[in-house]
This record gives sequence, structure tokens and C-alpha cells, in this order.
Amino acid sequence: MNALELGFFGICALFVIVGGIATVGARNPIRGAMGLLASIIGIAGMYLGLAAEFLAAVQIIVYAGAVVVLFLFVIMLLGPSATSPRDARSAIPRYAGAAIFLASAGAALVMFIQAGGRAVHGGPTAFAEAPPTLGTIEAVGRELFTRGIVPFELSGALLLIAVVGAVAVARGKQIDPTMLAKSEAVAEKGSAHHAPSPREAASRDAVGSGKAPDKELKEATS
Amino acid sequence: MIHVPLEYFLAVAAILFVIGSVGFLLRRNLLVLLMSIELMLNAVNLTLVAYNRMQPQNHAGQIFAFFVIAVAAAEAAVGLAIVLAFFRVRKTVRSDDADLLRN
Repeated sequence: MNALELGFFGICALFVIVGGIATVGARNPIRGAMGLLASIIGIAGMYLGLAAEFLAAVQIIVYAGAVVVLFLFVIMLLGPSATSPRDARSAIPRYAGAAIFLASAGAALVMFIQAGGRAVHGGPTAFAEAPPTLGTIEAVGRELFTRGIVPFELSGALLLIAVVGAVAVARGKQIDPTMLAKSEAVAEKGSAHHAPSPREAASRDAVGSGKAPDKELKEATS
Repeated sequence: MIHVPLEYFLAVAAILFVIGSVGFLLRRNLLVLLMSIELMLNAVNLTLVAYNRMQPQNHAGQIFAFFVIAVAAAEAAVGLAIVLAFFRVRKTVRSDDADLLRN
């Protein structure tokens, strides 16, 4: 086995697994997002080793450039409340989870060692030489625009619907500013005789607390 | 030249999928849950691309992984929007507090 290729694979595997553990185990979500970033970069390196250059570039652009940044925007938008407080549940589910993980990791390790033993003898799992067109932008693009044209167009529609849905969900209920001025005038007029009704007070509270995050979100999504 | 064999990639993908699923089942922070889903999708993508390397005459696995990446991006956008809307209602991101429909 080529030592350089194996070393590159080992570094990528280290990034992937350490990044994954950091993602899941970090108490601070920002550290979790950084672990996700390390994991994604390791997987992009593995795509390079698997003759999938186009997918490696897409992985870096979409995940590292968009998804992780979106996570960081939301974490910073939420501020200190994004960090989860101390977990109050009993220790049994945690130990059960750790046991499941260790058993699965042990099984994967056994498979790993067996694969190494077979590959030394030129076992059936070693890859053949790949044709030079495998995974290039030209080849993947030709496939994508001939055989995969229908799902490609449908994925465009899916992304459009997702963008519209994300904006609609994250925006929340907007209060019409003209209605707001009217209700404030009513409250001013009535304040001499009685206190503003709880509904008006609630709507004003909602405006006061909801305005700043909305503004930041619009900046984040634009 | 002998390349890194298939099982190495599959083992890394399996370990990553287990990490993601354990995180999804054990953590209570909505943001960490979404990140765990991303980890699992990445593990599946790695498996698809590794098997595509066994069948180098077509690109079926890579095309499939491409669409999985597109769906994962859409899922992250909508999921984070839901987290924001939930935070606006309950002022927290703990999934245990998402119990408005329970009673």
C-alpha cells in the first residue's frame, strides 16, 4: 500500500473522528460547530482520495462555507442561552449510550483490522485503477445534466421552497407599524382613565423584544 | 499501486454515523441535534462515494451524494429557522422544553 496515500487517509480519518466527537461532546455549541468543520474538512480530504474532486469542492463550499457559517450565525444570535445548562438526567442513559458507542466502534475496529489483513494479500476489496475521468467536473456535470436532469431541477425547486420556508418560519409574526401607531394613540388617550389593556401591553412587549433579532436575522440571510 | 481499501472508508463512515446517532439520542441541545444530523448525513455520503469508487464506470454514487448535500443544506436552513422560532417562544434551545403539545 502506498505509504503517502495511507498517511493522508490517516490524517483525514483523525480529523473526521476527533471532529465528530468534539461536535457531539462539546458543551459550548461554538466548539461543536468547529468540530463539525474539522469533520467536514476531513471528509473532503477522503473524497479526494476516492477520486471525487468535484464532490470535495462542493463539500467545502456548501458545508464549510454555508452550513457551518449558518450554524455560527444562529449560535451567536442566541447568545449565551445557546449553551445548554448542566444535564439533570440520570447517568444511566449516558452510560448506555457510551456502551452502544464502544460496542459499535469495537465492531468497526475488528472490521478495520481484518480489512488491513486482506489488503496486504491483495484481497478483493482493493480498488482498481480509476479512469481519469472519474469524479471530474466534466464527467459529473455530463451525468447530472443528462441522466439526472429531472432530480437536478427538482432539487432546485426544493432549495427554493426551503429558502422561502426558512424565511417564513424564522421571521415570525410581523406587526404592522401603522396599526402600532394607532394602538399607541388609543393607549395614550385612554391612559388618563385606565391602564392599557394587557393585550396592548403584550403587543408592545413583543415589538420591543422581537425587533432586534429580526433585524440581525435579515442581515444574516441577505 | 494498491490504494487504501474500501473497508477503511466504510469503517470511518460507520464510526462517524455512530457518533452522530449517539449525539442525536443523548444530547438535549437543539443546535447539537442538528449538527449530529449533519454528521450522519456526511457518513452516508462517504459510504456512497466509497462504493462509487468500486464501480468507476458510472457516477451514480457521486450524483446521489450531491443530492444528499443539497437536501442537507435545505434541512439545515429550515431546522435552524425552526430553532429560532422555538427560541422566540420559549427563550431556550433545550429540546426537553418543547412540550407545548404534551398536555
